[in-house]
Amino acid sequence: MKAKIVITPKKAVLDPQGKTVQAALEQMGYEGVKDVHVGKYLEIELEGDAEAWRPRIDEACHKLLSNPVIEDYHFTIE
Amino acid sequence: MRFAVLQFPGSNCDQDCVHVLRNVLGQDAGFLWHKEESIGNVDAVVVPGGFSYGDYLRTGSIAQFSPVMNAVKAFAKDDGLVIGICNGFQILCETGLLPGALVRNRSLQFRCEHVHLKVPTTDSPFTREVPEGKVLRVPIAHGEGCYFADEKILAKLQANQQILFQYTTEAGELTDDANPNGSLLNIAGICNEGRNICGMMPHPERASEDILGEDDGRLVFESMLRHLEARAGLGQAALTEV
Repeated sequence: MKAKIVITPKKAVLDPQGKTVQAALEQMGYEGVKDVHVGKYLEIELEGDAEAWRPRIDEACHKLLSNPVIEDYHFTIE
Repeated sequence: MRFAVLQFPGSNCDQDCVHVLRNVLGQDAGFLWHKEESIGNVDAVVVPGGFSYGDYLRTGSIAQFSPVMNAVKAFAKDDGLVIGICNGFQILCETGLLPGALVRNRSLQFRCEHVHLKVPTTDSPFTREVPEGKVLRVPIAHGEGCYFADEKILAKLQANQQILFQYTTEAGELTDDANPNGSLLNIAGICNEGRNICGMMPHPERASEDILGEDDGRLVFESMLRHLEARAGLGQAALTEV
């Protein structure tokens, strides 16, 4: 069983990495790229009950894995 | 006065801070390993720059859980004087002792250069010795120094005069060109509402001696020292009255 966590910069935060990647994609000829955001992806291997893990993973995301001032997160456990 | 300079795995400005406090200002300064659970009997704590825990995950994010940080939090809550420089600023924000966060520089480049800093208020233990209107010249060296906070926090910082340092031109003008990292409001350093905790991206410890060509940074440490001396003096006076 794995928790798969995706962390992205909040929309209000300057994301120069996203902008740079977007510019590179456009440079390569990919038309219609509207916006790019560069974030983080974490996989955490777990044992035990998925439902019991859900609030604990949420807490870990809030306290350590993301910084709520600048980042949003979402996750799945499967 | 007694200063504790924290050491995390990856700290690299700790030696400079202790050198300035000991050899330039003649104070009692020592290193404090991050595994320590007590900070002992000190007057002030310095969280130095560097790359604590290799900047893994986010800058300062792992260091906030080092045992010593619990003691630092308690010390700060009790009105103890704490200054975080560069990575130390990032750690204090991650710990929640200071509002906001520091993100990747707008340019995506690591910026290592001298900047000019305006000091909007001398009403703090970290800026009280800065002559009114003086523009400081101090180096920066960081990749994640772009200060971010939501509008509510920014408004509060301004209303309470918690912005202690702002990037400016040599003449002290707030311009976008003078902003090396994209920080909102050109913020280079702030303090908490209680005014006993300061975080700043520039390195005052690297500009505290004539031999290095500049000593504007010394004003920050001298401010802390004068504040501590004044506070100790008041304490002494109160004891005498009793």
